[in-house]
Amino acid sequence: MANASLLSVRDLTVKFPRIEPVRNLSFDVSEGETLAIVGESGSGKSLTALALMRLLPKAAQITSGRIDFSGRDLLKLDDRSIRSLRGKEIAMIFQEPMTSLNPVLTIGRQITESLRLHEGLSAKAARLRAIELLDLVRIPAPHKRIDDYPHQLSGGMRQRVMIAIAVACRPRLLIADEPTTALDVTIQAQVLDLLDRLRRELSMALILITHDLGIVTQWADNVVVMYAGRKVEQALPEALFADPLHPYTRGLLNASPRLKDDYHYTDGPLTEIPGSIVSAIGENGCPFAPRCPIVRSGCRTRVPDLLVPAEDRLVACPVIFAEGERHVAARGL
Amino acid sequence: MSNPDTAERAPVVLNPALAYDRSPPKPDAPTPNEERWSNVHAPDAMRATTASAETGTTSANRALRVFLRNPNAMTGLIFLVLVVAAALLAPVLYPEDPLSMVARPFIWPGTNSTYPLGTDSLGRDVLSGILHGARISLLVGIVATVIGLAVGLIIGSTAGYFGGWVDDVLVKLIEIVQTLPSFILLVVLVAIAQPSVAVVTGAVGIVSWPTVARLVRSEFRAIREKDYVVAARSLGYGHVRIIIREILPNALPPIIVTSSVMVASAILMESALSFMGLGDPNLVSWGSMIGDGRELLRTAWYLTAIPGLAIVFTVLALNLIGDGLNDALNPRFTDER
Amino acid sequence: MTAYRRIGRALLRTALQAIPTILVIIVLDFFLLQLAPGDAADVMAGEAGSATEETVAALRSRFGLDLPILHRLFAYLDNLAHFSLGFSPRYNMPVAELIGQRLPGTLLLMLVALAIAVVLGLALGSIMAVFAGKLPDRIISVLSLLFYSIPGFWIGLMLIVLFSVKLGWLPSGGSGTIGSDLTGLHAVLDQLRYMILPATSLALFYVAIYARLTRAAMLEVKSQDYVRTAAAKGLSPFTITTRHILRNALLPVTTMAGMHLGGMLGGAVVVETVYSWPGLGRLAFEAVMGRDFTVLLGILLLSSLVVIAANAVVDLLHAWLDPRIGVR
Repeated sequence: MANASLLSVRDLTVKFPRIEPVRNLSFDVSEGETLAIVGESGSGKSLTALALMRLLPKAAQITSGRIDFSGRDLLKLDDRSIRSLRGKEIAMIFQEPMTSLNPVLTIGRQITESLRLHEGLSAKAARLRAIELLDLVRIPAPHKRIDDYPHQLSGGMRQRVMIAIAVACRPRLLIADEPTTALDVTIQAQVLDLLDRLRRELSMALILITHDLGIVTQWADNVVVMYAGRKVEQALPEALFADPLHPYTRGLLNASPRLKDDYHYTDGPLTEIPGSIVSAIGENGCPFAPRCPIVRSGCRTRVPDLLVPAEDRLVACPVIFAEGERHVAARGL
Repeated sequence: MSNPDTAERAPVVLNPALAYDRSPPKPDAPTPNEERWSNVHAPDAMRATTASAETGTTSANRALRVFLRNPNAMTGLIFLVLVVAAALLAPVLYPEDPLSMVARPFIWPGTNSTYPLGTDSLGRDVLSGILHGARISLLVGIVATVIGLAVGLIIGSTAGYFGGWVDDVLVKLIEIVQTLPSFILLVVLVAIAQPSVAVVTGAVGIVSWPTVARLVRSEFRAIREKDYVVAARSLGYGHVRIIIREILPNALPPIIVTSSVMVASAILMESALSFMGLGDPNLVSWGSMIGDGRELLRTAWYLTAIPGLAIVFTVLALNLIGDGLNDALNPRFTDER
Repeated sequence: MTAYRRIGRALLRTALQAIPTILVIIVLDFFLLQLAPGDAADVMAGEAGSATEETVAALRSRFGLDLPILHRLFAYLDNLAHFSLGFSPRYNMPVAELIGQRLPGTLLLMLVALAIAVVLGLALGSIMAVFAGKLPDRIISVLSLLFYSIPGFWIGLMLIVLFSVKLGWLPSGGSGTIGSDLTGLHAVLDQLRYMILPATSLALFYVAIYARLTRAAMLEVKSQDYVRTAAAKGLSPFTITTRHILRNALLPVTTMAGMHLGGMLGGAVVVETVYSWPGLGRLAFEAVMGRDFTVLLGILLLSSLVVIAANAVVDLLHAWLDPRIGVR
């Protein structure tokens, strides 16, 4: 954690005409670090990622905040400058490998596209580099596969191609938005291993966006838990799993079946968090209040501040520190 | 050969039945449908059928609201009302035969207040011709569309509902007719049967049915697999009843859109026929006015321009309405406008 | 090599499948035309003015018009089997030769019109899609609806008024300067001058269709995930539009363009009349009016073949544009 900060997000707010899916979000990513952003769908993770790339849908607006990437505020760059960063210094992998590749262009063409744009390579040099990249992401017989069309590849293979496209120009930051959600369980670990290996080899920082806490334990250096657009907890993975503080984090851990064997925490029955994230709309206070088992009346009037219970740790819930509640909360839900 | 399934993508319209399915079913709402079903113990089928009828009406109301708020569609509607008014008022304002000579020839428009649109080479009143021409255009357009819709509906619904070899044969028939250039076919039909309003109308109707048939067929193929149709079939209702009461109402929106465009193209076809001298020789039509004016293009181009503008005005009105209907009945594309 | 062979086999199969369709079309056309009152002999006699019963009968028997219907049908099919389209009484020459004279002019007109329509339609449609919901979209939207509503023959006449009567820039009809001995580039340019107005008149209607279709297809493609991927690579909006969106949006447009080739031949009848363009459409009309049904049958047969060929080309084009399809 001693590395210099590569990306620093401060008070980021994304607004749609009627809702604010990301609110006052702040986090940092150091060089070479893997940050996991965790939360259920609708928590604003993906929009955060798109905001970092400045690829938000037209209806969305960034109403406040700054995104510093190695000394530049991404929100102040003009379109041309941000384009020269995309794919070159910040790259992104999406959730759906089946639809994220253009069906009418060969994968070679789709890889060389960014090489030729950002590195100015000739067609021939770009092609050789693309074959290397396919080899790097462990695609067998890359010199043959390079002329394949996406429909000729399996889902796992396509995600490898997406990764090859993303790392083509050796970006300093790679954002992976649910990179394995659409894949078979057996393929998931391979792809995550690949991402981790590439992170080390190419010394990239990685933002891993996921709803799967199992992924976090193994691959993340630091974890941000988001709920309804807000950061509710941040911790190192070991600390988070050993002692989740926020009621939402606890709910997530309880709802995650894969952790059952590894951690003593879920001795109780596997519980889903009751209610839905939709209930957060229109809440003036803590967005989790409608679903929270330890909610107090004060929770619904003002947004809880992020408290610092320990080093490298943040949590947005004052109630858990109130006497007696910690115990109840830990066993409750 | 052309692949009928790719060809069907041609009209860019969504299956409207999809839109209905989104609305929650309201099994308790009393509807005429429910009475028929009340003593039959098939709750799913009942819910599905009443739901389609129920949400059908609310969706129609919503569509009407969208349509009425669309400025383009409203412009089209106003245009069309003007044309209809012209057609209705023609015999009142100009009871005389528009083919009769009333003044000296070649009065330019705007130079004589009695003949605001001027006179032609034979001294006939252009305005009277335009107003009477509106009658022919609308008559041919509407009746031909009704004929085309009727034939297309029967053939398309039969093919789409029954499938199998019936479908194969009818699709082949549609394909064969569509292989012939429709305007040449039209010219042949009219020339064979001698030009008259009835012949022209019938011929335009005959030429335009395959489009409807293909559209109806693809709609029916999609809808016949729906739960409420399957349920109705399993309850032993007759084919005709299922086609008319269960499927047709859900297939209507794209048919409505198509019919307004069909009236427009029927008017275009009629005008082209009359222009070529294949219209009814005893009646004045916009196309025949252009055909007559063509000879004098160099000296009196207004004789060509004015009836042409009348055609453009009318056809544009119908297309604007068709567009508005499409936006109103296929909600997906309205968001993007 | 194998790709060519595959394409060849696919074409052969298309041709074989087309044969029964064509046969049905011929027979249907044949009986349809028999319903018409009068025949070529009547018309020719009428035009000659002072024909007696005997001369008309003589004309009939000379061209076999007095034989029973089925007999004539089989004679016609027999001709076809020998690659002959029969003989035209009216023009007094073999139908194949007659069509051969007129076909190039019409094909040229149709292809130029189609090219104008596709290029202009794609361009306008792209602009509409890029500015969807904004002013340029609205303006072109109404404009294209206007194009869609204008009869081809009328805009033809209006263009003549403007460009040849008033401005005197372009010729008002014909297909080339008569008696000119231009060669090379000048001949092509001369031809082009005669081509512009008729091709534009014919194209305008289709410009509207393709523009609207392109707009819809591009908006559909625009929301696809791979367009976001392209943006994440840092490509410029222009590259994204041309390389990633337009190429995928081409598919529905090519389908429609192929389907329209037959319809364009119908439009050519009117436009050729307006511009006295010596083409097949005009010939078809003359054949109808002159009851010269051998010629008409030949033209109908040919146009069916053109439509079938156009569909085959569309299939090939699809296989090329969309690797998922492949040549079946």
